Amino acid sequence: MLANLFKSSKLSSFNGGVHPPQHKLESTRAPISVLTIKNAQQVFVLPLRQHVGKVSKLLVNVGDHVLKGQLLANADGQMSAAVHAPTSGTIVSVQDQLIPHPSGLPDIAITLQADGEDRWVEHHAMDYRSVSKREVLERLREGGVVGLGGATFPSHVKLREEAKHPVDTLILNGAECEPFITCDDLLMRERAEEIVRGIEIMQYLLNTKECIIGIEDNKPEAAQAMRDAASKSQILIAVVVVPTVYPSGGARQLIKILTGKEAPSGKRSTDIGIQCFNVATAYTVHRLVNHGEPVISRIVTVTGKVARPGNYDVPLGLAVGELVALAGGAVENTEYIMGGPMMGFTLPSNHVPVVKAMNCIIVGKPEIFPEPPPAMPCIRCARCADACPVSLQPQELYWFAKSDNFEKARDYKLFDCIECGCCTYVCPSNIPLVQYYRYAKSEIIALDKAKQAADIARERNEFRLHRIEREKQERAQKHAQKAAGAKTESAKLEAAPADAATKAEEAKKAALAAAIERAKVQKAEIAPKNTEEVSPQIQADIAAIEARRAEAGLAEVAPQDENN
Amino acid sequence: MNRSPYITQAPSVTTIMLKVLLALLPGIAAYVWIFGGGILVTLTLASITALASEAILLKWRDRPIKPFLMDGSALVTAWLLALALPPLAPWWLVVVGTLFAIVIAKQLYGGLGYNPFNPAMIGYAVLLISFPAIMTKWPAPLLLAQTPLGFSDQLHFIFAGALPNGVLVDAITSATPLDYLKTQLGLHHQVQAITQAPIFGVLGGKGGEWVTGAYLLGGLYLIQQRIISWHLPSAFLAALALMAGVFYLLDPAHFANPAFHLLSGATMLCAFFIITDPISGPTTPLGKLIFAAGIGILTYLIRVYGGYPDGVAFSVLLFNIAVPLIDAYTQPRVYGHAK
Amino acid sequence: MIGLAVLLGMVLGYAALKFKVDGDPLVARIDAILPQTQCGQCGFPGCKPYATAIANGEADINQCPPGGDAGVHALADLLGVEYKPLNAENGVPKPKSVAVIDENICIGCTLCIQACPVDAILGAAKHMHTVIASECTGCELCLAPCPVDCIAMLPIAESPDNWKWKYPVFEIKVVNS
Repeated sequence: MLANLFKSSKLSSFNGGVHPPQHKLESTRAPISVLTIKNAQQVFVLPLRQHVGKVSKLLVNVGDHVLKGQLLANADGQMSAAVHAPTSGTIVSVQDQLIPHPSGLPDIAITLQADGEDRWVEHHAMDYRSVSKREVLERLREGGVVGLGGATFPSHVKLREEAKHPVDTLILNGAECEPFITCDDLLMRERAEEIVRGIEIMQYLLNTKECIIGIEDNKPEAAQAMRDAASKSQILIAVVVVPTVYPSGGARQLIKILTGKEAPSGKRSTDIGIQCFNVATAYTVHRLVNHGEPVISRIVTVTGKVARPGNYDVPLGLAVGELVALAGGAVENTEYIMGGPMMGFTLPSNHVPVVKAMNCIIVGKPEIFPEPPPAMPCIRCARCADACPVSLQPQELYWFAKSDNFEKARDYKLFDCIECGCCTYVCPSNIPLVQYYRYAKSEIIALDKAKQAADIARERNEFRLHRIEREKQERAQKHAQKAAGAKTESAKLEAAPADAATKAEEAKKAALAAAIERAKVQKAEIAPKNTEEVSPQIQADIAAIEARRAEAGLAEVAPQDENN
Repeated sequence: MNRSPYITQAPSVTTIMLKVLLALLPGIAAYVWIFGGGILVTLTLASITALASEAILLKWRDRPIKPFLMDGSALVTAWLLALALPPLAPWWLVVVGTLFAIVIAKQLYGGLGYNPFNPAMIGYAVLLISFPAIMTKWPAPLLLAQTPLGFSDQLHFIFAGALPNGVLVDAITSATPLDYLKTQLGLHHQVQAITQAPIFGVLGGKGGEWVTGAYLLGGLYLIQQRIISWHLPSAFLAALALMAGVFYLLDPAHFANPAFHLLSGATMLCAFFIITDPISGPTTPLGKLIFAAGIGILTYLIRVYGGYPDGVAFSVLLFNIAVPLIDAYTQPRVYGHAK
Repeated sequence: MIGLAVLLGMVLGYAALKFKVDGDPLVARIDAILPQTQCGQCGFPGCKPYATAIANGEADINQCPPGGDAGVHALADLLGVEYKPLNAENGVPKPKSVAVIDENICIGCTLCIQACPVDAILGAAKHMHTVIASECTGCELCLAPCPVDCIAMLPIAESPDNWKWKYPVFEIKVVNS
C-alpha cells in the first residue's frame, strides 16, 4: 500500500537547519477555546489587504447593516481574496487604520460594530462533486480562502487544475516548525476529520495521485489523530512524521523532505507536480464547501507572558489586545510578536486586529527576548552557511547587502533566501543578517520597479517624439500636395522625384512657418490668461521650457492639434 | 527594534577564541617539557605586546576598545606567533613580530574580521625574511643539549642575549630536523643515514614530535567542539602526506617518509590552528578542501625544493591571497538551482 | 621566435574578430542610467539628448537631480570619471511625486497635454484632463504651462505596498574614550 510505502521509504533532508528551544508545551495543555461574540458594542476591524495580491473590492457602505458571514469586499480579479463579516452588525467606517504589518503603516480597513445577535447570513453546503470545478473554485474565491500558514496566498489560484503542470502530489503542511506556535498542532488533534474532509476536496479539485501530510515528530498526538482520520477517508492519505528541525515547515523544505525533489528557484512547486497547503487551509476549505461558512475566524496561539497560554478560535478583526486580555496577559507597557520568534515581527500596536495571517501572538517580547549584545564584525566562520536551509552563503550576502552591492547580492541568489533566520540564530557576532537581506531585497525590488517605470517612460517618450515627427511629415505632405496641385504639374512630380523632394522640403518649411505663426497667434490668445496671475519665476520657467522644447524641435507643433 | 529572529544560540566570538587558546595548552605543556620554560616568557611577552598595541590602535581608530580587546583574537595571534618562533628568541624579536602582526596585518586592514592575511603568519614571515639567522637557530631539546639551560638562564638569554659563563651558543642550539635534513641532503647524504643523527626521534624530530602530537590532540578537541571544520586539517594533512608518500616511494634515499613530514616542523600547528583561521580562509566546504590541500602541497614543495626549511608561513600567505577566488568558484548549489 | 610572434599575432587577431564585443553604444548605456523623467532640468530637452551630450563630452555627469547621487555615481562608474556632487544650478533632488490635476479648476486647455513628455495626461479640448498616475514621471513640465494653476505635485506616500525595510542600525557605536 502506498501509505506503507511512505512509512518505509527513507525521508530526504535539506541542508543545515537549527534546533531552537520548542516552547510548545505551554500552549498545548488546554484545548482550543472558541470565542463567541456576545458583547453588542464589540468592534471588529477588517483590513482589505489580508492576503497576497490586489486589495479587495469594497461592496458595502458606512451605515449598512450586515450579517455574519456576509461578503463585505470581494476578490478583485483572480489574485485577490474576499473579506467577510465575522458577526452581524453595522459598518461604522471604512478608512486607513493600523494593521499588523512590519511597516507599522496604516492601510484601508472596514470597521464593524457588532449588534450582539451574531446572526448568520443565509448559507448552505455545496455538493462539490455534482457541480463543475469552476463553481467550487469560485466559491473558494468568494469565501476568502487563503493559505493560513502565514503566506496568505489565495487558495483558489493554487487549486486550479492546469494542463501544463498537472499536480501528482498534494502535500499538507502540518510541520509547524517555529517555536511557540501550536495552532496547527491543536487543530490537527481536535479537528482531524474536518481537515481530512478539506483534503478530499483539494484532492478532488487537483486530481492528484497521492496525498501526504507531513508532521514533525514533536507532535505525536496530532500525527495519531491525523492517521486515525486519514484511515477512515475514501482517498489514500499518508501521514508522514518528519524529524523536528527548523525550518522543516517551509513549503520548499517540506517538499524536499517528503519527496526528495526540489521546487525550481523562482518558480512554483507545480512545475515538479507538487502542490502544498497548510492543514488549517484544508480545514477552512471544508468549512466553506461542506458548510458554506466563509473564513471569518482562525485559531491563534496566545503564549508568552500570559496567565492562560493556549489556542483560541478567534473571529477575525478582534483587537489583539482584547484577545491577550482574555488569555490573561498585559495589554499596556509591553510588546507583542506576531508569528514565532524566528520569523515573526513586533506588532506596531497592541490594538491591531486579528487577521488571516496571524497564527501566533507572543506576549511580553521585551521580557522574553532581551536585546542581543552589540554586533561584532563577521569573522567568516561560515556557521551561517552550514545552517542555511537553501545552501546560500549568508556571509557573502551580508557583505554585499551591507555595501549596497545589490547586483552581486542578486548573483549570489539573494532572492532564494526564505528569511528563516537560521543564519542570525547561529551567528557568533550577533549580526542581524536577515535584516540586511530584507533591506537589500526591498531596495532591489524598488530599483527594479524604478527601472521598469523608466523603461516605460522612455518608450512613451520615444513614441511621442515619433508621433510628433510623423504628424509633422503628414502635414508637410499635405502642403506639398496642395502646392503641387496649384501648379497643376502633378505629372512632373512623378517624373522628377528629386525635384519633388526639394518641393516637399519647401512645402514643409512653409508648413512649419504657418504652424509657428498659428502657434504665436494661439499663444497670444492664451498668454494673457497665463500672465495675469503667474509670478516672474513661473514666467521664467515657461520661457526655459519653451526654449528647451524649441531646441528639441517641438515648438512648431505645439498648438497644432488643438481643434482637430 | 523590529527584527527577527528574536532568539539566537551561538558561542560568542570570545568563546570561540578562548577555546582555541585552551586547545593550545597541551602543545604548550609539551613544549615546556621538551624545550624548557623559556616559551612561557615568549608567550607572555607576545600577549602583552599584542593587547597593548591592539588597544592603542583601537583608540587611534576611534573604535570601542573593550569589546575588541575582550574578543581574544589578539591573544590567539600572539600565541600562534610565539609558538612558531624559536623557543629562545630574543625579546625584541617577539615584540617586533607581534607588532607587525597586530598593527600592520590586522588593525591597518580594519581590525577583527577584515584582515586578508593570517596576522601571525605575516609576523612570522617578516621575521624570517629580516632575521633568517636567528629564526632558523633553534635550541636543542633539553635532553639533547650539552648544557641544558635552567629557566633563569633562559630568561636571561631572552632579555640580555647573554649565556651563563663558559657556555657557547653552539652548545645549546642546533638546526631543526627539517633544516638539518635539507642541509645534509645537499651534501649528498642518504636520508636513512641522516636520520640516525641524535636530533631525530622515532618519527619526527626528537622531542618535537611530542609537541606536534599535543597540537594534534588540541586540534581534535576543536573539531569536537565544532570550532573548526574537519575539512581544513584533513585536506592539509592528506595532501602533505600524499606528496611526501609519492616522493618517498619514488626515491626513499632522498626523500623523508610521510610520517616524518607530518610530525615535523609546524605541520600540526598549521593544520589545526593556523590554516583554520576563519577570517583569512575560505568559507565554502569545497573551498576549504582546495585551500588546505593547496597549502599542504606548497608546504611540501618549499620544504623539499625551497630556500627555507619550513614553508608553512609562505604557503598560507600565498593561499590567503587566493581565498576570494576560491570562494567565488566553489559556491555550493543553492536549493532549486541546477548545478 | 618570429614564427611564434606571427602565430600569437594571428591568434590575437582571430580572437579580436571572434570575440568582438557588440556592446551597446555609449549613448544607450548612459540613457539606461538616466531616470527617464524627461524633465529637462539638465538643460537638455530630455534624457536621450542629455545622454548624447554626455557621450559627446558636451555635458557634465552631475546635471540630473532626479537621478540623484546614485545616478551620478553610476555615470561616473560607467564613464570612468571622477564622481562630483550634483550641480545645484540644475536643481535639487526631490521625493518622487506625481502630478495631480484639480479637476474642478481645469478648463481643458490641453496645454499640459502638449507639455507632457510621456503622454501621461488624458483629456480633450475643453474637457477636463486627468493624469495617469502610473505613467507620470514627476517631471513638473506640466506645471508651468497651466493657465489656471490647477496642477499640483503630490509626493508618493509610503504605504504597506511600497514600503521598504530599512538599513539595519549598526550597533557598534563610536566611543570617544
